[in-house]
Amino acid sequence: MKFAVLRFPGSNCDQDCLHVLSGLPNSTADYVWHKDVSLSGFDAVVVPGGFSYGDYLRCGAIARFSPIMGALKEFAAAGGPVIGICNGFQILCESGLLPGALVRNKGLHFVCRHQHVRVETTRSPFTRKATQGQVLDLPIAHGEGCYFADEAALARLDREDRVILRYCTPNGKRGENPNGSCADIAGICNEQRNVFGLMPHPERACDEMLGSTDGRTVFESLLG
Amino acid sequence: MKVHVTVLPKPSVLDPQGSATAEAIRHLGIAGVGRVRIGKMIELELPDATPEEEIHRISRDLLSNPVIEDYSIARA
Repeated sequence: MKFAVLRFPGSNCDQDCLHVLSGLPNSTADYVWHKDVSLSGFDAVVVPGGFSYGDYLRCGAIARFSPIMGALKEFAAAGGPVIGICNGFQILCESGLLPGALVRNKGLHFVCRHQHVRVETTRSPFTRKATQGQVLDLPIAHGEGCYFADEAALARLDREDRVILRYCTPNGKRGENPNGSCADIAGICNEQRNVFGLMPHPERACDEMLGSTDGRTVFESLLG
Repeated sequence: MKVHVTVLPKPSVLDPQGSATAEAIRHLGIAGVGRVRIGKMIELELPDATPEEEIHRISRDLLSNPVIEDYSIARA
């Protein structure tokens, strides 16, 4: 599988993503600069974390207008798998590829630690190798990770089984929420189920040395 | 002309900065402060003939996110 890792001015998890993706079996990964206009030849796209455009105006608000975003929308519309991690999730929401928005953490602080999340559905190309209710230990690092959507949008996400990950306790129970996200949401997918946005960093949990390898589940699921 | 666009979080969106600031105002010893909301004001320099609809387009599509924010426009 050939992965594209988008790079915006201010992306800073691009190298971690490339490192992990190019280490997957039968996989290669390349950077794609935000001023490029084509994603042809790629099988999957990762929009990495960081602070695109310095988070000016709103997180992801300016990246949304980068030239590559036209190609990303076409890629997604054609059913290509897209993962937006952290700032990548914010960019996908700003660009309308995912519903809702990410706002300032309820506690106002930047939160940087490991956090447990529960796999709410395996009916996605990103979690099909997980088990329902599986608890993953993933790092989070964000100041604007509080997921917000209005009640109708939240009800729809639930009804369509589109909440992929929820924050949880180490035992997989509800009640631990690091940022005030509506309904403890840590990751969602679009209606077609091929665009996935999440605040935790699976790419930072793919090596024993880093304390968790639970992030591999996401990338290995993509390999099919 | 100069145009001031004010962007504020929607009433339904949690505004922890506003809540923390309301608390700080109470610490100043000033009672009676209600809800405080924090947004931003953006000053634009535009040609005098700029149509109203274009200012709305800038405000709606870029300066604010309609999911979480409302905006208002004032000619300075």
